[in-house]
Amino acid sequence: MMAFFSGLFGLRRGPWEMVATIIISLGVVMLMQPFVMWAFTYSFITTLVGTVMFIVVSHFRE
Amino acid sequence: MSMNPVDAAAKHTPPSVARRVKGLSDKTIAWLFVGPTIFLLLAINIFPLIWTVYLSFTNFKANRPNREVKYVGFKNYERILNDADIWLSMQATAHFLIWTIVLQVLIGFALAWLINRKFKGNDMWTTIIVLPMMLSPAVVGNFWTFFYQPQIGIFNYVVSFFTGADASSFEMLGSVSLAPWSIVIVDTWMWTPFVMLICLAGLRSIPDYIYEAAAIDRASKWRQFWTITVPMVLPFLMLAVLFRGIENFKMFDLVVQLTGGGPGSTTELASINLKREAFEKWRTGYSSAFAIILFVTVFGLASIYVKALNKVKER
Repeated sequence: MMAFFSGLFGLRRGPWEMVATIIISLGVVMLMQPFVMWAFTYSFITTLVGTVMFIVVSHFRE
Repeated sequence: MSMNPVDAAAKHTPPSVARRVKGLSDKTIAWLFVGPTIFLLLAINIFPLIWTVYLSFTNFKANRPNREVKYVGFKNYERILNDADIWLSMQATAHFLIWTIVLQVLIGFALAWLINRKFKGNDMWTTIIVLPMMLSPAVVGNFWTFFYQPQIGIFNYVVSFFTGADASSFEMLGSVSLAPWSIVIVDTWMWTPFVMLICLAGLRSIPDYIYEAAAIDRASKWRQFWTITVPMVLPFLMLAVLFRGIENFKMFDLVVQLTGGGPGSTTELASINLKREAFEKWRTGYSSAFAIILFVTVFGLASIYVKALNKVKER
């Protein structure tokens, strides 16, 4: 856990990609879930933030 | 001394061409070759994408090209993301996507596992199993519509044979609860062979000596399956899921032919909804915004999936 946070603060690719992956997955689940409308409403912005973040952080150092 | 193949080929270059190329650097010549491809790529792929992004912020209607185009900001996105019909179509897409992938992976892997065993008529069975994916989706959709007919369709009779239910007591394409499953069944029937072929390539790439070594170590067949077969086929399987996932996210032709999105809008997948907005209601700006939402979703999913695939390959 400590390695994960130190990786985040040290701008390492692994932990940041993990964060972006979680955000994208969350956005996709929000887009397709059948339970609450507000989750659908905010799904696109969540996926977009995750995707842009993924593109940016994949250029970070390993 | 034998001549370098490049020099040998250069000797055959016509003098007129040689005169024109002389004086150009290798980099320039490389750009001359790659240039047309890059130009086509930009014109066919990148430009339409950028144009769609632009249109998604406007009220443009393709059937009224002379009307003044107004910038509407994020209004199209707001309307889509608060539209209950679009939300329903995303749920229908999710149902279709999840079940087709689960069924295709399970059945495809099982078929590959069986076909990989050496038996008489192996090649003939492979050809027969692969036949459905060679057919056109329009043809498949058309004849499955007949299969699903409650009075004359073979599907209802097969189900009634196994369950004892009356063949005309249920309607696969006309029932709200059965129609989403009917499209899942047809897509699974058509595309399981594709997953099977990819799994078969994975299974055939596993050298026999690994199994022999495991057998010498007295590993059971069950253990060999989970510790040798599954990990070594996993990258292939993930590739198949990636291909099928992207394809099924934008599934259109087969479902239009089978149900046309009905009954009601129970099988109206995102791509069908998008086509209706774009080419029946002619709301080009609105449908462009919808297309961008779908694109970002597929792109995001594909990015994390490719990362996972690379990790599995590195193992």
